[in-house]
Amino acid sequence: MGYEIKLDIFQGPLDLLLYLIKKNEIDIYNIPIAVITEQYLEYIDVMKSLNLDVAGEYLVMASTLIHIKSKLLLPVHDDTEDEEDPREELTRQLLEYQAFKEAALNLDTMNLLGRDVFKGGYLLGNETDGEHSLEELSIFELIEAFKVMVSRINPEEIMEIDVERMSLSERMNEIMERLNKEKALTFSDLLGELSNRIKMIYTFLAILELMKLRVIKAYQAKPFGTIRIFLAVED
Amino acid sequence: MDNLKAIVEGIVFVSESPVGLKKLKGLLEDIEGKEIIKALDDLVEEYDKRNGALCLVEVAGGFQFRTKDNFSPWIRKLTSIKPVAISQAAMETLAVVAYKQPVMKAEIEKVRGVDVSGTLKGLLEKNLVRMIGRKDVPGRPIIYGTTKKFLEVFNLKDLSELPTLRELKELGE
Repeated sequence: MGYEIKLDIFQGPLDLLLYLIKKNEIDIYNIPIAVITEQYLEYIDVMKSLNLDVAGEYLVMASTLIHIKSKLLLPVHDDTEDEEDPREELTRQLLEYQAFKEAALNLDTMNLLGRDVFKGGYLLGNETDGEHSLEELSIFELIEAFKVMVSRINPEEIMEIDVERMSLSERMNEIMERLNKEKALTFSDLLGELSNRIKMIYTFLAILELMKLRVIKAYQAKPFGTIRIFLAVED
Repeated sequence: MDNLKAIVEGIVFVSESPVGLKKLKGLLEDIEGKEIIKALDDLVEEYDKRNGALCLVEVAGGFQFRTKDNFSPWIRKLTSIKPVAISQAAMETLAVVAYKQPVMKAEIEKVRGVDVSGTLKGLLEKNLVRMIGRKDVPGRPIIYGTTKKFLEVFNLKDLSELPTLRELKELGE
């Protein structure tokens, strides 16, 4: 099969349909449903084969298209003349979406404050100066930091069978206790003092678990800076 | 007052957010609104003529000094700030809110054909969109609208300054 597929990033099923209409130079008021449906489904197949998560919305639209197609196949009787074209609702939706897509592009061409124009004192409020403006961290940056910590452990560590079973909830409680006392801890406060790999892993898992439960938050002032951990809610 | 223009200039320069006429009137009790407007107009013109980096613009119901857009490459270099960035998805959601407000989440989703929880949350956090209230229909859904900050960020005097939305041709008429 010799067709070429250019996979743009679509903003949703309507965006994909508009793209197909434009690509095929189709009159939006007279959409050849059979052709469009076929191409639409091809795109979804490609997305699936690329292991992209095809959102439910795309599938809903696929079924809508197939439904319209099947309706068009039914013979039209004279007495149903008043009935609206099954494509009408879809065309209306596409036109409305197109108008807002354009509006969004227009908005983007305006002089945005903080991008194209700046006001006095802009730096003051936004520059990341030291400890005050901290950025919330994602799990990935934490994992990166963890890798650094682990790499510091002496590689010739003698492995021994861990008799003392570690418990995750115990580590979580310990971290919470320390945080309650000290209010803020750095990532290396918690991990740096440990020389035991297992204990480090447990501590790291405990931090992740506490973040997931939203009881603690991790912040960083600048890339590769110190990671600070706070209680999410102060009591 | 001879130095009215200078006083207005000073007030606008120092203010954090755009300064409205009402505020200036309150501060300059004995001065007529007309004169203040004249002073502002003169200032706008003077800054324009000066050909410098600054201009006095009317945004979000007030006046504010800003750098002109052709200086942004240098200013962005100077700072370690991340320039304001709004994704295409967020921009689409914002456009629907801006033009259709007051609007429910379900209406935005109908137009865009996708779930907008994420983009809407981001816009709320950026303070470009706010919850206006709840609609008096079953389920009492939240209705959304744009904020004053939206006007400020997008360089708009008020909502009527939004570029007109392309006419939607009604079908079957």
